[in-house]
Amino acid sequence: MAQTAAASKTVKFIITRQDNPESKAYTEEFEVPYRPGMNVISALMEIQRNPKNAQGQTTSPVCWDSNCLEEVCGACSMVINGKPRQACAALIDKLEQPIRIQPMKTFPVVRDLVIDRSRMFSALKRVKAWIPIDGTYDLGPGPRMAEKKRQWAYELSKCMTCGVCLEACPNVNEKTDFIGPAAISQVRLFNAHPTGELNKEERLEALMQDGGIEGCGNSQNCVRSCPKGIPLTTSIAEMNKETTKHLFKRWLSV
Amino acid sequence: MKGYYSRKLHSLLGVIPLGAFLLSHMISNFQAFEGGKEGFKGAVNLLNSLPLIFFLELFLIWLPLMYHGIYGLYIAYQAKNNIGNYNYERNIRFTVQRITGVITFVFVIWHMYDTRFQIMIGKITHDDLGAVMHDIVSNPVLFVLYIIGVVSATFHFANGLWAFLVSWGITVGPRAQRVSTYICMGLFVFMSVLFILAMTGFRNSEFQAAQAAIDVVKTVLA
Ligand code: SF4
Ligand code: FES
Repeated sequence: MAQTAAASKTVKFIITRQDNPESKAYTEEFEVPYRPGMNVISALMEIQRNPKNAQGQTTSPVCWDSNCLEEVCGACSMVINGKPRQACAALIDKLEQPIRIQPMKTFPVVRDLVIDRSRMFSALKRVKAWIPIDGTYDLGPGPRMAEKKRQWAYELSKCMTCGVCLEACPNVNEKTDFIGPAAISQVRLFNAHPTGELNKEERLEALMQDGGIEGCGNSQNCVRSCPKGIPLTTSIAEMNKETTKHLFKRWLSV
Repeated sequence: MKGYYSRKLHSLLGVIPLGAFLLSHMISNFQAFEGGKEGFKGAVNLLNSLPLIFFLELFLIWLPLMYHGIYGLYIAYQAKNNIGNYNYERNIRFTVQRITGVITFVFVIWHMYDTRFQIMIGKITHDDLGAVMHDIVSNPVLFVLYIIGVVSATFHFANGLWAFLVSWGITVGPRAQRVSTYICMGLFVFMSVLFILAMTGFRNSEFQAAQAAIDVVKTVLA
């Protein structure tokens, strides 16, 4: 095994492709010359440069999405050897070959590995994942956040809307309208902010709409998959507590 | 009803009253192991001597069971189980929760047909229950099926209790959830053992009915 790898110095890929959103998916194999330190994106770039499949036939280059190339934008998420992750941070040396690459099918596939993550952005809008500070005059500086709180809130703010947690979740699929873990964790983040807190109830109520927090079935795959190590299940449980409290408060306060 | 409330109700009913009923069922059955025939009879009579038993059964068992069962089937149908790629302990329990839920649903219908339904249509009385159970668990195949059903039910309850604590926001952090895993899984083992002991208790020949009663039971089970 090691010998053949050393002799031919190529990396084998089996890529799931799809020409357009409606067409059927198919797989195509590729063999890319090995370079030390390469990752999945640089291998895809190599295919783009020389679009030949493993059989030597010329084919259309594989499409993918990427921006930052340092695991902070979340655009390059795809399923690599069965697990969703960022392609730019997936080092070839650490992957078993042949490397199987698929799009994250939880999202609509645009083409090949390019997916449409709009549902995540509409989820953020739905839960009002921002802090409303616009007004007609300067309100001056807002209240400060306690350092201890800031530390855990900072962890939550690392979310890059990459979609890995939705892909890993068994309850995010065509049969449900569950918004997924990321947006729930963002409610916790914005409700923790001293100014954001003023609109706390609105966000909680958004989580209590159809497809909200009740969609969580506690498989806890999200927390094991998040590349940013965000404590998603703690966020979800905390929001369970807050929405439960809100529920009783609403009932009891006429 | 809105998803949030219907799901919350589903979670609540699973623990109160259904989980509580399962516990009381376990205790009265265990009498078969500990107190033998008389013990079991006493436990059955005690339950049936509760006031307003009809309404208690209706509101604490029948309606919650139907709601929890049917809505639960829908929840199970919605999941795209993925333990193949994510074989984590928690995810396995997520899938097993759905599988045991379906098994329990079928088992409860079957078990109620053998027991409660036969009483309802007047084929047997409460006093014959011990004999009915004796006949069922004396058949090795049915005995195994009953064990599968009972273990599924206890797992579904104990693991459901774990999920209840999370979805009502009682166990929030990872440590609390871990401790609750130990407690709930301990409860699962404990309950399964007690139920299985109860079933072995029913195998005891003292539960064997008098010949006339056997014929009744046989026609019921046929
Ligand atoms: S929570 Fe983690 S996995 Fe989910 S979208 Fe944000 S960064 Fe990605
Ligand atoms: S390109 Fe931004 S995360 Fe990979």
